[in-house]
Amino acid sequence: MKHMTEEELIAYREGVAAERAGIAEHLAACEECRAELEKIEAVLAALDTLPVPDPGDDYGRRVWQHIAPRLPEKRVRWWQTWFEPKQLVAVGAIAALLVAAFLAGRISRHDRTPDVIANKEQVRERVLVVAVGEHLGRSEMMLVELSNAEPIDPAQKHVNIASEQRRAEDLLEENRLYRQTALQEGDTGLANVLDDLERVLLDVAHSPDNVTPAQLEKIRQKIEAQGILFKVRVVSKDLQERQKATNPAPAQNNSPQKERNKV
Amino acid sequence: MIRMQPSVESAQSVAESDAVAVKRTLAGERDAYRILVERHSHHVFRLAYRMTRNQHDAEEVVQEAFLRAYQKLGQFAARANFGTWVYRIAANYAIDRMRQRKKEEARKVEPAAGEEGMESDPVSLVQDAAPTPERLTQSLELRKQMEIALAALSDSERTAFVMRHWEGCGIEEIAAVLKSNSGAAKNTVFRAVQKLRLALQPFVGRGTQARAMGTEP
Repeated sequence: MKHMTEEELIAYREGVAAERAGIAEHLAACEECRAELEKIEAVLAALDTLPVPDPGDDYGRRVWQHIAPRLPEKRVRWWQTWFEPKQLVAVGAIAALLVAAFLAGRISRHDRTPDVIANKEQVRERVLVVAVGEHLGRSEMMLVELSNAEPIDPAQKHVNIASEQRRAEDLLEENRLYRQTALQEGDTGLANVLDDLERVLLDVAHSPDNVTPAQLEKIRQKIEAQGILFKVRVVSKDLQERQKATNPAPAQNNSPQKERNKV
Repeated sequence: MIRMQPSVESAQSVAESDAVAVKRTLAGERDAYRILVERHSHHVFRLAYRMTRNQHDAEEVVQEAFLRAYQKLGQFAARANFGTWVYRIAANYAIDRMRQRKKEEARKVEPAAGEEGMESDPVSLVQDAAPTPERLTQSLELRKQMEIALAALSDSERTAFVMRHWEGCGIEEIAAVLKSNSGAAKNTVFRAVQKLRLALQPFVGRGTQARAMGTEP
């Protein structure tokens, strides 16, 4: 009987042999070759015991912290990002608001005197203010709920934050668009707060579905450390003021019904 | 053998999620790249450590691999797998790092006359460095011999062995990193295992004997 060569046995053991079936058949019948293969396997098994140090759970985060400052910005036109498939949903929402604002303007145009008709800029700002205000409201609600999250059953060791995570993912998409729009509009204050919010949303969106109380506490601490809830509330208040300021002044010939509503 | 064998479904969803992150990064969202870094760092570290056998070098390889991948992201084919791609970049850089390390060490210690070519002879290295069994436990001795035997492999052999045996990479992938063809890559795997066997079999046999005699802890 012709025995297998060392090369054939190593190729078989490492899964790179062309004639696997033929070698397996031979090994089944040949004790000598089986013994030879066992010797090779003993060496490889010993090598498998060599340890690889564990760089720690936060290793990926540390790598990012090291390389992030060295990554050059990728230059793209701001409007290109609006056509990303996932962002089209948020773009659609904004477009719907714009259409609504346009139609509202057309319908109410006859009731207004020319000096109170909002110009295009005002309408645009109003739409942004309304949309961002709603976005901040939803973000605040999600962060508050996350901060107060507890296990459904006190005996459970993990807290399920899958719902907050999914909401954070959706909010993240919107947030990016609003931040870019705020930057385009030159509203750096709003853009900065949206940038801070984006970091928190990113952390929440990339957290595991089930977190330990310690992990949840870390998320809470991060939310608190950045003072994001406070910033969001301040900006929301500011946006409400701006919304009032950009709303057209009430017409002089208001109906009695409108007068009643004002009280 | 330690190989990462994710289910087909999870591997597919990771690849899809990677593809989205790559697209977003290319669209200017730098933070999207963070997802890729955090997802693949451990995997790349394991490869880098096994190739360099040095934690500091391995960490440097990981960082450099992700930096290079970011810079070349525009050349990355969307249909390819980001994990495999960054892995290949890391393997290439690890080879460069190992060569650089050897040059640094060679500068520190000038080889004595007649020592040239010793590096490719793991058996002589192992025998020279073999401590007496009385001074070390069998397992510690074996571990030391394994480190020596791995260090004695050429860069290509160690790369081929690590990628095939420990990381379960395909021969084509190994050939791409070694810039050779699949036949040559297979041959490199074979040479690596053959050298390791030659260097370690006496020690593995001794360890087995010690276990049989109940003398090994």
